[in-house]
Formats: sequence, C-alpha cells, structure tokens
Amino acid sequence: MGFLLECPNCGKRDVYEFRFGGEAHRRPRVNSSSEEWMKYVYMRENVAGVQQEWWFHRLGCHKWFLAIRDTRDNSVMRTFWMGEELV
Amino acid sequence: MRALFRKEKMWQRHKLKPRYDVVVIGAGVHGLSIAYYLAKNHEITNVAVLDKVYLGGGNSGRNTAIIRANYMTVEGVHFYSESLKLYEELSKELNFNLLFSQIGHLSLAHTDSAVNGLWRRAEVNKALGVNSRVIWPDEIKRMVPALDTSDRPRYPVKAALYHAPGGVIRHDAVVWGYARGVERHGGEVHPRTEVIAIDVKDHQVTGVRTDKGEVIRADCVVNATSGYCTTVSKMVGVDLPVVTHPLQACVTEPLKPFLDKVVVSANLHVYVYQTDRGELVMGSEIDPYSSYSQGSTLETLESIVAHALELFPGLRHVRVLRQWGGLCDMTPDYSPILGEVDGLKGFVLDVGWGTYGFKAGPVSGKRIAELIATKRTPDIIRPFRLSRFREDRLVSEKGAAAVSH
Ligand SMILES: Cc1cc2nc3c(=O)[nH]c(=O)nc-3n(C[C@H](O)[C@H](O)[C@H](O)COP(=O)(O)OP(=O)(O)OC[C@H]3O[C@@H](n4cnc5c(N)ncnc54)[C@H](O)[C@@H]3O)c2cc1C
Ligand SMILES: [Zn+2]
Repeated sequence: MGFLLECPNCGKRDVYEFRFGGEAHRRPRVNSSSEEWMKYVYMRENVAGVQQEWWFHRLGCHKWFLAIRDTRDNSVMRTFWMGEELV
Repeated sequence: MRALFRKEKMWQRHKLKPRYDVVVIGAGVHGLSIAYYLAKNHEITNVAVLDKVYLGGGNSGRNTAIIRANYMTVEGVHFYSESLKLYEELSKELNFNLLFSQIGHLSLAHTDSAVNGLWRRAEVNKALGVNSRVIWPDEIKRMVPALDTSDRPRYPVKAALYHAPGGVIRHDAVVWGYARGVERHGGEVHPRTEVIAIDVKDHQVTGVRTDKGEVIRADCVVNATSGYCTTVSKMVGVDLPVVTHPLQACVTEPLKPFLDKVVVSANLHVYVYQTDRGELVMGSEIDPYSSYSQGSTLETLESIVAHALELFPGLRHVRVLRQWGGLCDMTPDYSPILGEVDGLKGFVLDVGWGTYGFKAGPVSGKRIAELIATKRTPDIIRPFRLSRFREDRLVSEKGAAAVSH
C-alpha cells in the first residue's frame, strides 16, 4: 500500500519520491567482536509494528532523514533529522 | 455412477491433540510438503501443520507460479533442478492434476552486461545438466512473434536465456494436493490456528501455544511462515537476516492464445506469460520499501504495464482485471535459509523464500523431512544454513532471482 512521507525539508510527498534506507540500527564500535559486526551487517529486527528507519529524498532535496512508521499499515507517525531524536 | 460424483473432503476438521512429533507453522507449499514427505518417506505421521489463515492464504496462493531451474550458482542450480524434477512427477505422485505446463522460459537481456550474465548462467546450467542456452533476436522472434525485437525500443532485446523445461503450474492445486496427501498419510492440517508462542526448555524446543489458548507439546517445530518468519523466529530469540517486502502482480482479461513462453526482462523489471485461460499474468520486483501491508499500489501497476508494453506494444488496449500483493521474506543473497540453528535443538527453519520459493516447495519439503527424520543435514541444503552469514559463505542468486521469480 502506498503512502505519503513528510520530508523535513520539502514537506509531504509521495513515497515513490524517496529511497528507503532500511531500519535504523546502531553501528558497533570499531573494536567490536566479529559476531557484533555480523549482526550489524546482516541481522534485522524486521518488526511487524513501529520501527525507526532511514529515507533519502531522491527526487527532492537529496537529504537523508529518519521516520517512525508502522510497517503493518504504513502509517507514518513522525519524520525528523538525525540527531533530533535518539537512534 | 453416483460414486463418480461423490464429494471427497480434501482435508478434515480435527481437534488439536496435546502432543505431536512435529509441529509445522505455516500451511503454504513448504509447510505442507514437509508434512507430506515426513509421512510418505519417513513414516512420521503424528504431525500437525498450523496456519493462522486458510490453507495457501499466504504467498503460496498469491504467487505467479513460475517453475524453473536456470539459476546462477552451483548450489542453487543443484537445488532448484531437484525441485523441478519433483514437480514433473508431482501430479502422478499426488494423483491430482496440477496443470504443470512446461512452456519454456525466456530471460531477456537488453545490455551487454546482462548478456554476459546470461552466458554465465547458461554455462553453469549446462555443466550441471540443466537445459539452458543463449539465443539471439532472430530465434527469439520465432518463439515469441509478438515480442518487439526491433531496435525501436529504448533498450532493444539483445539476447535471451532459453530454458525449455521452465513453465507454470496451478499453485492452488499444489497446495491442495499436498494437503490431501498429508491427511491421507495420517497427518493433520489445522487452518485458522495461529501460533503465538514457542516453548523452550534447556535449549530444546518443547512445544507451541496457539491464539485459542491451546498448549501443544512437540520436540520439533518448523518455521515455514515466509513473510512472517521473523515474527516466529523472535518467539525463540533467533535473529534472521530477513526484511519483509511486498511483491505485487496483476492479471488481464483473457485474450486469444498468442504467447506460449514465460518472458522475463530483468533490465525492464517485468515478466509476462499467458495462462491456459488466455489471461496475461504480469509481475515485477519487490516494492522498494519494507512492509507487512500486502495492499497493491498504482505506482507498481503503472510500472509493470509500461514495461510490458515496451516488450509487447500490441497489448495497449488490453484491460487489467486484478492486482494483488504478498509478503516476501527477502534475504541478503536471494537464497533461502534452511535447517537447524546453532544452540537451539528442535527448531527448524524453512524460510527466506523471498520472491522465488514456490518452485522450491517439493525439494525443501523432501529434504527438511529427511533432516528431521535422520537428524542429518542433507548435502543439497547444507549451503543454505543460517550460519552461512557468520561464515561469510553467501550463495548469491540476485542476478538470477531479482525479477525472475
Ligand atoms: C506476487 C508474487 C509472485 C511470486 N511469484 C513466484 C513465482 O513465479 N515462482 C516462485 O517460485 N515463487 C514466487 N513467489 C514466491 C512464493 O510465493 C513464496 O516464496 C512461496 O509461496 C513461499 O511458500 P511458503 O509455504 O514458505 O509460505 P506461504 O505460502 O506464505 O505460507 C506461510 C504461511 O504461514 C502462515 N503463518 C504466518 N505466521 C503464522 C503464525 N504465527 N501461526 C500460524 N501460521 C502462520 C501464513 O498465514 C501463511 O499461510 C511469488 C510471491 C509473490 C507474492
Ligand atoms: Zn526533501
């Protein structure tokens, strides 16, 4: 199901203007174990529910931002720049 | 005479028993075929297949049912060609007409690098005994006269991989045939029974709990839930490298028969074939964002149709009748995840089927059943173990499976 996404810079646009960047997750420290790096690279929460995720406004301002979206019905609760809320 | 028309129930309504040897979560082609081969090949019949909706209500009832073995890696070709061979015998095996039409499968290339990819696949296929070869526009035109092979389109057709044994099957019949087979051999199918928790004791699975409050004991629980596989694995704390994306397809009104090949173009992100009833089935790659909502979108429909018209300009007046979607469990390497997981006994995965798993129902069912019965992982599925991500031994099939499903 399609939906609208609000770019913090450009406002509400069709989701097809954006590139999906996947769920937001923390990057391990450089000296973390290879197990932690493997999880970071491959493993995903893939929640059926609310997740924090990356988006890129490819047909607009070319900026990355974050969204909070319910993956069950694609309703978007909030969008914001990195740093505005905890990742 | 009366007997000829006697109605036979394909499966019965059962009361859940308190204990099974094996509980399979998910009654799609994978879950059902596991239960079938457990009974048929290994005489393990105290088995229940549970599904939260109706049988085949997941992707097994939503896919476009293309069967082929022309993959890219040695591991993939071995695996999918065993499945194709099982499908060739399956109508007889299940005594149920599955309408398997091996009409042949064409993967088009419109760029030089795509042609190179086809060469590589053709050579791997031939070396492993799979019938595949690269053909050129004159031969393509003879096989598919309606296809625009001129140099008029923006991306003219340069070559194709022709895979003669590929084709399409009636997906619902496969589901029903296996379900009937399970019941005839003494197993049980339980639609409308959702698993909400899996019990574990001392690193050993001990059973499942359902949405109706039943507690079922079982030392072996199989996750065969495709798009929902992460939600089920989380019940036992097993991480999966899976992201769920919708995949859509559509079907047109029926036309006179004019197309007797499956035609796929990875460059144009589209595939088209004509059913026995004359409708055109068309599809594309996954939606560009993850979601558990399987509604369809106008954007995808427009993209499918626009690209289909580049291939078949003569179709511009044809009307689309239906469009739908399913939820695909995408893995990083476009290969499935099969077998046991480290550190937890009795939990078996048959997931990561993404956009390409219908064709693999028979081989995974047979081999996962063998794994459960013998407690040894068959060689043919060993490359697809979950630990390959830790071992950095991915089986990359993206080049052969992103648009071709
Ligand atoms: C549009 C589309 C086109 C496709 N085209 C092709 C194709 O041409 N060729 C091909 O090979 N593949 C194709 N596929 C992929 C193919 O459909 C799937 O990979 C395959 O059907 C997976 O089968 P399955 O039995 O693993 O899963 P499913 O058939 O999805 O069955 C899983 C079942 O698990 C159930 N379930 C989930 N959670 C629970 C729970 N907690 N408790 C109980 N039950 C649960 C679901 O209700 C579902 O019925 C396509 C998919 C789509 C969506
Ligand atoms: Zn913007």
